[in-house]
Amino acid sequence: MSETVEKTKAPSEPLFSKKNRKLVTDPLSDNNPITIQVLGICSALAITVQVEQAFWMSVSVLFVLVMGNLSISLLRNLIPSRIRIIVQLVVVASLVIIVDELLQAFVPDISEKLSVFVGLIITNCIIMGRFEAFAMGNKPWPSIMDALGNSFGYAWILLLVALVRELFGSGKILGFEIFGNNLPGEESGLYAMGYVNNNMMILPPMALIVVGIIIWVQRSRNKALIEDH
Amino acid sequence: MAINRDSNGYTFGFAIALVVVVGTILASLSLGLADIKKANAEKKKKMDILSAIGIESTRSTVDGIYDETVLNSFVVDATGNVIEGEKAFSVDVRNQYRNKTIEKADRKYPVFEAKNAEGKMITILPVVGAGLWGPIWGYIAIGEDNETIAGAAFDHKGETPGLGAEIKQSFFEDRWVGEKISVNNEFQPIQVVKDGSGVNEMKVDGITGGTITSVGVGEMMNRTMAVYVKYFNNKK
Repeated sequence: MSETVEKTKAPSEPLFSKKNRKLVTDPLSDNNPITIQVLGICSALAITVQVEQAFWMSVSVLFVLVMGNLSISLLRNLIPSRIRIIVQLVVVASLVIIVDELLQAFVPDISEKLSVFVGLIITNCIIMGRFEAFAMGNKPWPSIMDALGNSFGYAWILLLVALVRELFGSGKILGFEIFGNNLPGEESGLYAMGYVNNNMMILPPMALIVVGIIIWVQRSRNKALIEDH
Repeated sequence: MAINRDSNGYTFGFAIALVVVVGTILASLSLGLADIKKANAEKKKKMDILSAIGIESTRSTVDGIYDETVLNSFVVDATGNVIEGEKAFSVDVRNQYRNKTIEKADRKYPVFEAKNAEGKMITILPVVGAGLWGPIWGYIAIGEDNETIAGAAFDHKGETPGLGAEIKQSFFEDRWVGEKISVNNEFQPIQVVKDGSGVNEMKVDGITGGTITSVGVGEMMNRTMAVYVKYFNNKK
């Protein structure tokens, strides 16, 4: 990565210029890939039952997006325009396979839980969207910043949804019992007082509702985000 | 240097170069990680075998527990006779089932003999079949009487979450416990039923909305157990 940093050290613009910083901060809130652009929703629904899965999914997307944006940006002047979408697809597909292989080898339990969803990163619109909209027309360093911004924007929504769903769906966070033990006959903590987990939270529709609540909160705080129809 | 990036030649050249580079990277990665993935798969297989007799293990503990629990293993043929010199653990049951070049009569059937927590000898038998979307498989534990199912653990590749995928949940696995694979030394098929009458012997309730997967489990059980009953009869 240091090479690319050297290469793009153009005298005109410092590395962490306001414009570059904005590439990272914008997708975190006002241009969030999930809540504003409504991309990558399918994985947000599927793998947010537990925080751990959401974390590894976010790491995978981060890796694919950063490496992909970097490769596309480095190749941007070489890619024949007629097959550019195919080239982008090949890049994202290969990176996803690399991630999948690494997960299978080093965190096999997580790999089993994520199952097909790692493979489905290929179809995650955020990634192809950033390749086509940003990396094809920008230098490597801004492309990395853009990728970081978008994957963090994706990650925090995923983790927040997973946190809510794991806490209220299973009473745990990262497997630690927050509300006490709910094994039948050995209840403790809140469960001993009659609290029960909300099984709805484990089902995919609740992810949509939680994302909806985040969108609602976000737009009521920043009225500029509300579209006119 | 003026290369026409819109020419057919350049486009083809770029595509070929890209595929070669990507192919090389992916192939070497896959080869490099093959050993680690194989070790992971073996551990997973041991964990699955142990889960059929209700022993939970993790990747770090499974090897020790497996060696203590599974005392004996061998392979039987389609007529239930023991084949000498075959290692049960290395028989790829899924390949035996799916590989069309292997005749039904030539399929190998592994048998694992283990001691459960109460010290009883349990026979663990692998089963493989087809669900709605892909393969399903499991391990069935047969009790000391050589006919009653003492435990079952199913798994699947990609059945519908919430429907067919429920076969790996304990509520479904537990429905198989207590069923008999043979009556008076005769193989008896177990029916997977829809009407909730599955509390009787030889019947198991399917999963609502997961009928094809449930029926697939039934088919896989009956096809495989028909062979193993021959083995149990030979043993007597």
